[in-house]
Amino acid sequence: MKYVDEYREPHLARQLLTEIRAKVVKPWVLMEVCGGQTHGLLRSGIPQELEGVIELIHGPGCPVCVTPVEAIDFAQELALRPGVMLTTFGDMLRVPGSRESLLSVRAQGGNVRLVYSPLDAVELARQHPEQQIVFLAVGFETTAPATALAVLQAAQLGLQNLSLLVAHVRVQPAMEAILQAADCRVQGFLAAGHVCTIAGCDSYEELAARYQVPIVVTGFEPVDLLLGIKECVQLLESGSACVRNQYQRNVRQEGNPHAQQILSEVYVVADRTWRGFGTVAAGGLSLRPEWQHFDAERRFQRCTAALPIDSSECRSGDVLAGRIRPIACPSFGTRCTPQSPLGAPMVSSEGACAAYYRHRPLTGTQALSNSELGTL
Amino acid sequence: MCLAVPGKIVRWINHQATFARAEVEFAGIRRMCHMACVPDAVEGDYVLVHAGIAITRIDAEEAQRVLKDLATLNDVDEEPVP
Repeated sequence: MKYVDEYREPHLARQLLTEIRAKVVKPWVLMEVCGGQTHGLLRSGIPQELEGVIELIHGPGCPVCVTPVEAIDFAQELALRPGVMLTTFGDMLRVPGSRESLLSVRAQGGNVRLVYSPLDAVELARQHPEQQIVFLAVGFETTAPATALAVLQAAQLGLQNLSLLVAHVRVQPAMEAILQAADCRVQGFLAAGHVCTIAGCDSYEELAARYQVPIVVTGFEPVDLLLGIKECVQLLESGSACVRNQYQRNVRQEGNPHAQQILSEVYVVADRTWRGFGTVAAGGLSLRPEWQHFDAERRFQRCTAALPIDSSECRSGDVLAGRIRPIACPSFGTRCTPQSPLGAPMVSSEGACAAYYRHRPLTGTQALSNSELGTL
Repeated sequence: MCLAVPGKIVRWINHQATFARAEVEFAGIRRMCHMACVPDAVEGDYVLVHAGIAITRIDAEEAQRVLKDLATLNDVDEEPVP
């Protein structure tokens, strides 16, 4: 596939690995923010290749993982109500709530429909006027324009039977929360490329200057990831805490103004609870007052409260904040697997625990010679 | 969840903002995508698609520049030491 295959070329990746090894004078600690980057790194064996040279800490950039349990419980409750169809992305199906997952709710007869796009939920609302269609709107800035468009389309079509359970999160406040933690070890960030496609790079300048931490906007393929690491190392070695864009084919400095316009038409910045983090100031998006008739939390009364979750078995909060690696969790791979997850990071295609579960057996050299670096 | 796939615009269907649509081809498979975030993209351009929405027009020149720079470095590395 054009614009993918070229960035998976093994000889280019090896060349960049050599350059990084030659350049590093001390073992820097970098955090890749997005869960898609975590999977890209582990799939291609890059962390093992750079062992002892660069330490990569995995960031919180998995919206499925940080969606609060209350939202998941409420979605399950709605799916079981007569006349309601709960729609969401496939990633949400196995995420455990305080009692069960949407998958088990569906097995009990709950009406849960997976969609590829929020706009598919608009189409379902048009086709099923007798049902209330609720879309569980999770995702970062990358995904929020799509759900905002669903609201605008529904309004223009005069649909009365579509609502959104909004759990959108914003990346930058979470990066700041990580930097503010007393035990923060992050010395440089690989910023989430596709979030920046929408939001741009400008807003990172202040963060980089205030915390004296370089931020490099980075893509997802092995060559993109290594270009990001190399740039971040260069900045660290030269003592420059500034922002660089290593993903310019998909990220403009100012972001995407059309998407930003759609976002600001529908959403406002709001505080949001992040699973594993607590309340993050300005960490999410909420519907603007003029669109609150599309808010599922207003349209439907919540009947059941979330149960307190026993966190002693699952260390996902520590994994999400980059405090421990997934394999340091006592439940990893034993009581917690993708088929039977205790925490959200083991479920999602972007969760760090799932990435370790799927890709950990490969050593760096094996991964580079026989993995998707060469074949995908 | 933030994963996005590059595809080539085959034909525009609707330019009206809220319902803007185009047919986009991904490795031989064609799919309808929403185009409100890339109103200036034209047929033949590549766009990055996430959750059914084109979120940016891929900058072909920039993509070429990065690969060219890498190839140049590779050539320099492989030059024999005099």
